[in-house]
Amino acid sequence: MYSEKVMDHFNNPRNVGEIEQPSGVGTVGNAKCGDIMRIYLDIDENGVIQDAKFKTFGCGAAVATSSMATELVKGKTVQEALQVTNKAVMEALDGLPPVKVHCSLLAEEAIHAALWDYAEKNHIQIEGLEKPVADIEEKEGAEETTEGY
Amino acid sequence: MSRLIYLDNAATTQVEPEVLDAMIPYFTEYYGNPSAIYTFAGKAKGAIEEARKILAEGIGARPEEIFFTGGGSESDNWAIKATAEAYAAKGHHIITSKIEHHAVLHTAEYLEKNGCEVTYLDVDENGLVSPEAVKAAIRPDTILISIMMANNEIGTIEPVREIGAVAKENGILFHTDAVQAFGHLPINVEEMHIDMLSASAHKLNGPKGVGFLYIRRGLKLRSFLHGGAQERQRRAGTHNVAGIVGMGKAAEIAFREMEKRSAYVTELRNHLIERVLAEVPYTRLNGDRWNRLPGNASFCFRFIEGESLLILLDQNGICASSGSACTSGALDPSHVLLAIGLPHEIAHGSLRISLSGKTTKEEIDFTVDRIKEIVERLRNMSPLYEDFVKKNA
Repeated sequence: MYSEKVMDHFNNPRNVGEIEQPSGVGTVGNAKCGDIMRIYLDIDENGVIQDAKFKTFGCGAAVATSSMATELVKGKTVQEALQVTNKAVMEALDGLPPVKVHCSLLAEEAIHAALWDYAEKNHIQIEGLEKPVADIEEKEGAEETTEGY
Repeated sequence: MSRLIYLDNAATTQVEPEVLDAMIPYFTEYYGNPSAIYTFAGKAKGAIEEARKILAEGIGARPEEIFFTGGGSESDNWAIKATAEAYAAKGHHIITSKIEHHAVLHTAEYLEKNGCEVTYLDVDENGLVSPEAVKAAIRPDTILISIMMANNEIGTIEPVREIGAVAKENGILFHTDAVQAFGHLPINVEEMHIDMLSASAHKLNGPKGVGFLYIRRGLKLRSFLHGGAQERQRRAGTHNVAGIVGMGKAAEIAFREMEKRSAYVTELRNHLIERVLAEVPYTRLNGDRWNRLPGNASFCFRFIEGESLLILLDQNGICASSGSACTSGALDPSHVLLAIGLPHEIAHGSLRISLSGKTTKEEIDFTVDRIKEIVERLRNMSPLYEDFVKKNA
């Protein structure tokens, strides 16, 4: 059902944990549909993401997309991190089953939520960042693709 | 990892060697069509009738009340749809419960689109349907009550005898989906006032793709599959001879061994439940502690999600199942777990372990040890657990 990369990130998730006094933290998803993701970011004074950690309640794909998303944003600037879309996460994982695409949307949204928190704490605006929705199921028009699966 | 620990016997079971041995000649030697006239086909026809007799005796019915089908789902579909059709002049109201198998629920929903009205009864926190609630739901136009004998997810055994009595007193037909119970629990259609009963062979070490519907003599149910004149013109299609023979043999063994097997499996299940509840914190048992199928144990582990748990168990060679949404491809967790009042986030963390007579204590202990490790690992990854720990620090 899952690609080898998904299984690898599920079995050996990268960046599980918390960051004490994070620059930004975002929690998205809901327990009703069975997925909750929390992403912590440590962002330095130049706007570069030094570290990213996550905690996830959810299925194999939810864990794997969280793991991959944190890997992808590490070392990137805030602006670059905004380019880590759900599609990018899915491609990096060699695809997801169609019913699991929402997990990648959740990962993208969790990154955005953490960045939003960072922006609010620092009273700055990040160009291109919209206020994230807490519940991904409510978001319309999200990019749904299962390419590579 | 080489060994397999199979703990999903409520999903399906291994065919017993004795059952397979009984089946093989009906593929290789006695392959004649049992409906044919020549002597060669006689052996196949005789074997079908022999199986019919064993099954009938096992539930206190007459052989002519047993109709072979392609399995439990077909039996449920047939019983419910044919009753709705045959008794349309009397009424269009059906009573069932919220925890039935989808073969019953989706059939009822289908009939609702075709003019039937269905009452889906609530269950209590253990999944019990109350006979009083059944009685209260009866209307002048009620034509059928369909309540399962035992639940496939949480194992709860329903008060079928009492519900059957209510149906009888009110002159309403009573169907029971006994797919999980047949061969595992004693059944008597007379004492339990059952008019129709669905069963399947592969839940009791028989082959897949074969089952039967018991239809009480005198019921006007019509054929569901049209074509040949098999099963006294009520179920068309060439008989699955080997499958039927296998079901007969599996039932014969199950009836013979029931007491012994049930005692063994129940003890093992109790050991499993006791260990899990004692050793894994924030865990609940779903379904009634005692009034449950011998081989069923259903748990919910808070703060974690079932599919992750299943994948990690699988990596340890352990096969189990979950009512988590992710395992069904839907967003909602199991309708059964929601019906017993569990909130979504707890229902998502469910695990069903179903044992067989071949399960060993060593396998159960190994499984509990793995569950402990895996649940702890997933909780350490869970934001829900993090919040819980911080809140209670």
